Amino acid sequence: MAWARKLLRVDLTKGTCTSEPLNMDWAQRYLGQRGLATKYLTEEIDPKVDPLSPDNKLIMTTGPLTGTCASTAGRYSVVTKGALTGAIACSNSGGFFGNEMKNAGWDMIIFEGKSAKPVYLFVQDDKAELLDAGEFWGTSVWDTEENIKKKHQDPMIRVASIGVSGEKGVKFACVVNDMHRAAGRSGVGTVMGSKNLKAVAIRGTLGVKVKDIGAFMTATANGKAILAENAVTGQGLPTYGTQVLMNVINEVGALPTRNHRDVQFEGAGDISAEKMHEKRASDGKSNLITNGACFGCTIACGRISQIERTHYTVVDRPQYQKASGGLEYEAAWALGAATGVDDIDALTFANFICNEQGYDPITFGATVGAAMELFETGAITTKETGGIELKFGNTKALTELAEQTGRGEGFGAEIGLGSKRLCEKYGHPEMSMSVKGQEFPAYDSRGIQGMGLAYATSNRGACHLRGYTVASEILGIPEKTDPLATEGKAGLVKAFQDATAAFDSAGLCIFTSFAWTLEDVAPQLDSACEGEWSVEKLLEVGERIWNLERQFNLAAGFTGKDDNLPARLLKDAAKSGPAEGKVNGLGEMLPEYYQLRGWTTEGVPSNQTVERLGL
Amino acid sequence: MNTGKRLMQKSLHIDPGKCTGCLQCEMACSLDNEGAFNPAKSRIKVFDFHAEGRFVPYTCTQCAEAWCMKACPVDAISVDTLTGAKVVSDALCVGCKVCTIACPFGTINYNQTTGKVLKCDLCGGDPECAKACPTSAITFIDADWTGLERMRDWASKTDSGTRAEA
Repeated sequence: MAWARKLLRVDLTKGTCTSEPLNMDWAQRYLGQRGLATKYLTEEIDPKVDPLSPDNKLIMTTGPLTGTCASTAGRYSVVTKGALTGAIACSNSGGFFGNEMKNAGWDMIIFEGKSAKPVYLFVQDDKAELLDAGEFWGTSVWDTEENIKKKHQDPMIRVASIGVSGEKGVKFACVVNDMHRAAGRSGVGTVMGSKNLKAVAIRGTLGVKVKDIGAFMTATANGKAILAENAVTGQGLPTYGTQVLMNVINEVGALPTRNHRDVQFEGAGDISAEKMHEKRASDGKSNLITNGACFGCTIACGRISQIERTHYTVVDRPQYQKASGGLEYEAAWALGAATGVDDIDALTFANFICNEQGYDPITFGATVGAAMELFETGAITTKETGGIELKFGNTKALTELAEQTGRGEGFGAEIGLGSKRLCEKYGHPEMSMSVKGQEFPAYDSRGIQGMGLAYATSNRGACHLRGYTVASEILGIPEKTDPLATEGKAGLVKAFQDATAAFDSAGLCIFTSFAWTLEDVAPQLDSACEGEWSVEKLLEVGERIWNLERQFNLAAGFTGKDDNLPARLLKDAAKSGPAEGKVNGLGEMLPEYYQLRGWTTEGVPSNQTVERLGL
Repeated sequence: MNTGKRLMQKSLHIDPGKCTGCLQCEMACSLDNEGAFNPAKSRIKVFDFHAEGRFVPYTCTQCAEAWCMKACPVDAISVDTLTGAKVVSDALCVGCKVCTIACPFGTINYNQTTGKVLKCDLCGGDPECAKACPTSAITFIDADWTGLERMRDWASKTDSGTRAEA
């Protein structure tokens, strides 16, 4: 019930697909998706393994609620050792792929080894086979998805694939499903590419059942009502998407701008949600066509956008004149504020390319921002960039590099290293705005102090989705805290991290947590899944997952010293806005955080903690 | 057909402009009919016209003179007199698929698991898809006035200049 109780193991070296029962003892302790797949991964691989070697494994995994009618319950994650970071990677995606996997009767698919030639996995319910992907290799995510459906004469197949960037080893390649939903961060698509695995195509017709359908329908209806009535999930997100944040975060002085040299962007309004709604003078249409939902989602924050047909990026290129996945806040920030570019259609185009060729717009935009700083300081010149005048605000440089990175060519191949490797290569490691090799998302921790600690301690490198204290510090969810204060943030970060790990393991979208607490999630899980699922148990599961990820990273070679921020955020004060004069007070928060976690002063889980959590 | 003595007949009414493509309708339909969340077995389908940014739910409109019913060689499709729905009797259906050829809209389809055809039966008068739709893109309303809301919208935009001048 809820779980399909079955996993598919695909040995790419041998070319075999075998079914195994899901370890239900582990499911009771790690729930599903992020937690359960991390348990499998940490049991099965050497933490020191090269992420791109055949000895790394890649797991596609659903949660117990995936495929049910609980709101947002269509999620799946890709869990592996990240190509960008060398840390545990877990990238979560919506769309319709996760529910298809569950409907085919699989909780997870474990890929191991490496295929001698490009292949794709084709799954029809309990039948699974590896097929030759020669005809799809070298083609985009968009073409691969369309052509697999054509080849099998089944438009209802769901596909998750990598683009050319993932084949070419761009370090931050994604796995993209349903044209524009992505398991986006940490280079999970790069790992997939290293295995010569082009795509996973699934058709599932078996259905998903739950333990107590009566109680489940009541619990999920209550959950949906809460989402509908909440201002963020009921109005803000469907109307404006996550882009509702652009002007808000700019006003509080926490919008990292031009590689974090500034904290406010003068062009924020031009790349905001409001701008996407604005009707253009030329054709009377707006960038935003409609909002769209992932499977089962009653929030529907997704953006479907269309670029003005006369815009330089799409003239004579009809494939980009169609509507497709538009700008979310993180992408708009990275492609825009981080590079100083304020042309909404150029950002939309770059975002289309990220989707089409399958790479992470956050790391891409942030890396272009870092490269612009390298260029402006003279560390690189047009000789390195292949003639591109890589100055902040150069719109055409951004879109040209988006295309080059998608193909893994020219200076785009260097952008494809990510900012840490790029800045080290050119002698300026301090210019990489990253933690554990992964670039920051769209919140400057000088203006939102708790996020500094959340970034520094995130198990997958800098990330907003591991502990989104922005909710409390800016939006007042569940209660307002002062974004400029460090007091109390250690506890806040820990609470967000543990709860998030539980949400991510259930099959739900973390955006529900704008309105739901674990009090709202527990009855949905409890009525769907075997066992008893209380808030207390979920918090314990969340904390157990966090510590398991931490142990993996420590064994991989990370230490407490990696729980750090770039000097720019710790020494260079914010130049404007409410946080003017502030740096991030990480040093004031980290020791207390270690203590609350039950870790040593070196950041290692104590024996007592390991025992308490049964690790 | 004399419908005058019946209770008010209702129709499923679909407003694609409100649809977000979430598939809650497909899950509700399959749960009611198959006992599991299984969009592959739903009688209502949501189509994603990706390049246009449009989502369109589509299902049987319960034609008054139903092609499927007329085409069925074994009279397995009958009218539910309470709802007006055209209902397939699994006991009578022989799986010949002639109805799937006859239906101009494609809304009756073969199910290879059961060897019978599937179509919307309005859930006996309380359609689950309409209840599950979070945006009211699918509603179950007076069959005679499915256009009322759209008429009202346009009416509100109608110019009142002539009256002001009078």
